[in-house]
Amino acid sequence: MAHQTPISALGLLSGGLDSMLAARLLMDQGIHVACVNFHTGFCIQGHTSAMRNPEPNAKPPRHDALHAAQLLGIKLHMVDIAEDYVRIVTDPKHGYGSNLNPCLDCKIFMVRKAWQLKEALGFHFLFTGEVIGQRPMSQRRENLPHIERAAGVEGWLLRPLCAQRLKSTEPEKLGWVDRKQLKGFHGRGRRAQMELAQQMGLLDYPSPAGGCCFLTDANYSRKLQDLWHSRGERQYTMDDILLLKAGRHLRPAPHFKVIVGRDETENNFLSGFRAQRWLLQAEGIPGPVMLVEGTPSDSDLTLACRLTARFGQGRHSPQVTIRIAHQGQEALRQVAPLPAEEIPESWYI
Amino acid sequence: MTETAPHPPESDHTLDARRLLCPMPILRTEQALRPLPTGAILAILASDPGIEQDLPAWCRINGHTLLDLRPQGRGEWIAWVQKGE
Ligand code: SF4
Repeated sequence: MAHQTPISALGLLSGGLDSMLAARLLMDQGIHVACVNFHTGFCIQGHTSAMRNPEPNAKPPRHDALHAAQLLGIKLHMVDIAEDYVRIVTDPKHGYGSNLNPCLDCKIFMVRKAWQLKEALGFHFLFTGEVIGQRPMSQRRENLPHIERAAGVEGWLLRPLCAQRLKSTEPEKLGWVDRKQLKGFHGRGRRAQMELAQQMGLLDYPSPAGGCCFLTDANYSRKLQDLWHSRGERQYTMDDILLLKAGRHLRPAPHFKVIVGRDETENNFLSGFRAQRWLLQAEGIPGPVMLVEGTPSDSDLTLACRLTARFGQGRHSPQVTIRIAHQGQEALRQVAPLPAEEIPESWYI
Repeated sequence: MTETAPHPPESDHTLDARRLLCPMPILRTEQALRPLPTGAILAILASDPGIEQDLPAWCRINGHTLLDLRPQGRGEWIAWVQKGE
């Protein structure tokens, strides 16, 4: 039976299957559901496809949470927390996971932010699609209660997919939610979730293999670590973290690095970041765009020009002309492409 | 060449979201629409191909009307959104 004042729940929606199932379990009990999705700057979405030429049969890029919300027929609040999120990444109280992913701090932070929104919207409680033991750090049994305690929402965060294995929450005790209709999923397996999705007719969900953010990616984390190391401090700007997602990164010396576009789309993308950097490209010969970042000397710039020539189609020519653009000024420099054997493996970040 | 409507909608405001990656064009669209009155038309320029899927979905769940969305070459798109209630 419908409640007189409909009970409403705000969920953290990643766009993955679990959060969709959690939302549906509540919606099927007549609860009014809306969701929130946070933009941290590190989320994996269409980014990579937006920066590189798409594979011939690739699905068009899309924002998973947005499409999940559309499929569920619910409102999605998209909230940009990137600025506040810097301190979570640079100084996490609970440390990092296997890469630079501060999952526990991240979860606590997001739950806290979601609570603020829940209060503003006048909703009754929060929910997530978490499953005990599914992720090594943030979804360990002992960590789940810690998340809500640290976020100050103890008893008000429901996890419909594994609720039957956890202490009853306030919404269950108050009879707003029927615990019997919730689930007791646990562990890394995906079978139970896939069966439930089938039963609910949810067929169009992103593959569970994709991680939820770049910080869990070893290559990305290495580049971020290198950035911090070279600057002597754990800080970053939005441009920094975007640039770490594009191109091939090489550091020939501690005080400068170069980023090389791998295709035309990436070249265009990199060109948008020329401010404060040097933009290099071969004249009259197809080749990549290269960005130079840091405090390169004149001879460092010559080396970067030689690298630019190396990665372009003029690599076997004796001389290539490189156009250097910096702070509105342009200059041409003739260089010999750097031979492959003069590029040490250690330069690649 | 892509097919184009004879008259592009007339916009009251324009948002340049080029070079921003998904989901920033959507977040910026939301910000730009917020102070506008119902019925106002916002033109959006974007270069992330995600716009083709995301903007229609976002408009649908938020009750705005997507008047038109078309590629305009050089990896860029233009869209017109009319603010809903
Ligand atoms: S994977 Fe990234 S977004 Fe997900 S909890 Fe960990 S740090 Fe947060």
